[in-house]
Amino acid sequence: MSEIITLAHGSGGKLTHQLIRGIFQKRFRNDWLLEGGDSAVLEALPGQMAFTTDSYVIHPLFFRGGNIGKLAVCGTVNDLAVCGAIPRYISCGWIIEEGFPIEELEKIAESMASAAQEAGVFIVTGDTKIVPRGCADKLFLNTSGVGFIPEGLRLSPTLIRPGDRVIVSGTIGDHGTAILIEREQLQVETGLVSDCAPLNGMLELVTASVGGAVRLMRDPTRGGVATTLNEFTEGQGFGIRLEEHALPVKGEVSGLCGMLGMDPLYIANEGKAILVVDGAQADRVLELLRSHPYGQDAAVIGEVVVDHPGKVYMRTLAGGHRIVDMLVGDQLPRIC
Amino acid sequence: MISELEQFRSETLTEGLVKAIRRYDGRPVSIMEVCGTHTMAISRYGIRELLPPSVRLISGPGCPVCVTPSFYLKSALELCRREDTILATFGDMMRIPYKGASLLTEKALGRDIRMVYSPLDSLEIARQHPDKKVIFLSVGFETTVPVTAIAVLEAARQGLDNFMILSANKTIPAAMHLLSSDPEVAVDGFLYPGHVSAVIGSGLYEELAQTYGIPGAVTGFDPADILGSILYVLEQIRDNKAEAANLYSMVVQPGGNPIARGKIDEVFEPSDAVWRGIGRIPGSGLRLREKYRPFDAWSLVNGSVEELDEEAGGCRCGDILKGKCLPSDCKLFGKACTPETPVGSCMVSSEGTCAAYYRYQ
Repeated sequence: MSEIITLAHGSGGKLTHQLIRGIFQKRFRNDWLLEGGDSAVLEALPGQMAFTTDSYVIHPLFFRGGNIGKLAVCGTVNDLAVCGAIPRYISCGWIIEEGFPIEELEKIAESMASAAQEAGVFIVTGDTKIVPRGCADKLFLNTSGVGFIPEGLRLSPTLIRPGDRVIVSGTIGDHGTAILIEREQLQVETGLVSDCAPLNGMLELVTASVGGAVRLMRDPTRGGVATTLNEFTEGQGFGIRLEEHALPVKGEVSGLCGMLGMDPLYIANEGKAILVVDGAQADRVLELLRSHPYGQDAAVIGEVVVDHPGKVYMRTLAGGHRIVDMLVGDQLPRIC
Repeated sequence: MISELEQFRSETLTEGLVKAIRRYDGRPVSIMEVCGTHTMAISRYGIRELLPPSVRLISGPGCPVCVTPSFYLKSALELCRREDTILATFGDMMRIPYKGASLLTEKALGRDIRMVYSPLDSLEIARQHPDKKVIFLSVGFETTVPVTAIAVLEAARQGLDNFMILSANKTIPAAMHLLSSDPEVAVDGFLYPGHVSAVIGSGLYEELAQTYGIPGAVTGFDPADILGSILYVLEQIRDNKAEAANLYSMVVQPGGNPIARGKIDEVFEPSDAVWRGIGRIPGSGLRLREKYRPFDAWSLVNGSVEELDEEAGGCRCGDILKGKCLPSDCKLFGKACTPETPVGSCMVSSEGTCAAYYRYQ
């Protein structure tokens, strides 16, 4: 097989088949995929089904703690998991710019396979398109996924009550900061890596034992924790009060954010969940999260309150208060 | 989970300061924080709410993006539309609107505009693109100018003649004199800038305090720094004194940073400058010295940054920058002018007074 992807790999002929067999089928190995039909024919899942899709256009493709492939599988698994679903099947669409190194494609497929294995999902169908140079930025991925919701589990914003607690499953802003360092090649020495991880195992621990205590879950990706919490409160009769001192933020993240004038509350995460839970059972949920490797830094960061309806606000380290609004545009690094 | 740094910001440390400030029972006073980063920190930590009603904080002109005249942006937009040009800029400049356009929209239309974290990054771009002119939008106070100066010196040393800067750099001393002497600006005390003072030193402030009888303190950016400085200023006012203190001595030396100032002097000379909303302040700008004129991108533009500025109808950025009114006094604030659709520059930069007020309400 040649070293780079050419338009011929997308022609549907011999090279296309080599690509599919040699790279994708070899790694994603499962009966549904190996059958090679135009669709994967699957057993119906029990109960209610969750279905999600997401596209990945990240730059750089490889970063500290992962790559676009791991990100795509984890992202789709997490979108299902925070809806309370047990993720099961995933599809994957590849849009590849000609000239892309095959070695990198193999690494990305490898990461997808291991993330899928960890999450217990199967990549059962896929598609590959090759576009001429300049028509895509190296590689775009799309993953869709389905999962089923265990009987009796119901998550909904309408269940949220004043007195509920807001929990985040670990340190915030790791992914966005790690990507920023990589993308802008900032000259900082740090061990910081993206938190990119499949969260279904950790969240199932919670929903399986105290599912009734969980009102709503969400993964705070783009726009960060602040944006997700604002989505919770928007147009609602309740507000959320955060405690700044309780926010778990790594020293590297708060240091770099301070330097660049950014706020970790608005930075993307790829391996964190926010849970709104019954206040009386918050400690139990916290204990369950912390028993999982991905949830060791989990913390209660706030409370659902009756004042400030529709708003998120924060009691600051200094004892004052401020509104935590939704992000406008991108965070832009400032001058001084 | 609280780091040492966070302990330094914690409530246990600020509680005593807040109590002491609340005991202030003198006449109502206005204290101006000159620097944009202070404006942000004050809003971010909710400090205004901790003060008694008789102590008002007003924000000064210390956000470099906010005081950059619209003529500068017009010129930057003209330059970025040239085929042979790559524009390099700090992020804050991207969103500033000028007659329906901004660098962000120009970038979307395909102009080559790069966001950089340091002027030195733009040197690297110039090295990689010898066939293009790489123009760095040099905006900022004494804090950022030394690095721009180093970039120019490096470009000269390496013979990178495709590197240029469009300077709207400003210096703080002349502006501080203006604010202290303007009868319309009723300031009873100052929180002097932190980062700028690390370069220029604290000597200037003693002179200012003596000349104009207005006390102040150089301060850092954590809640305890800011509250401690407010308390110092209040005590000065209570005791009818007007002294200047350096309460940020771990960063600011009385003599500042002579090496950094040396770089500025080597490359730049003082010039008049137009501050958006304030107008011309003699001797408050920096332009490239004769020797470094080949790096001056103003030579590509018709006109200069010293030209007077036009303000969008109804926008009160000027009064806000001088501390004459609060953002909420402007009829555009929060209605026609929001961070999504900024009218004035104070709403654009994250350090802008209006943006800080809007964001943290």
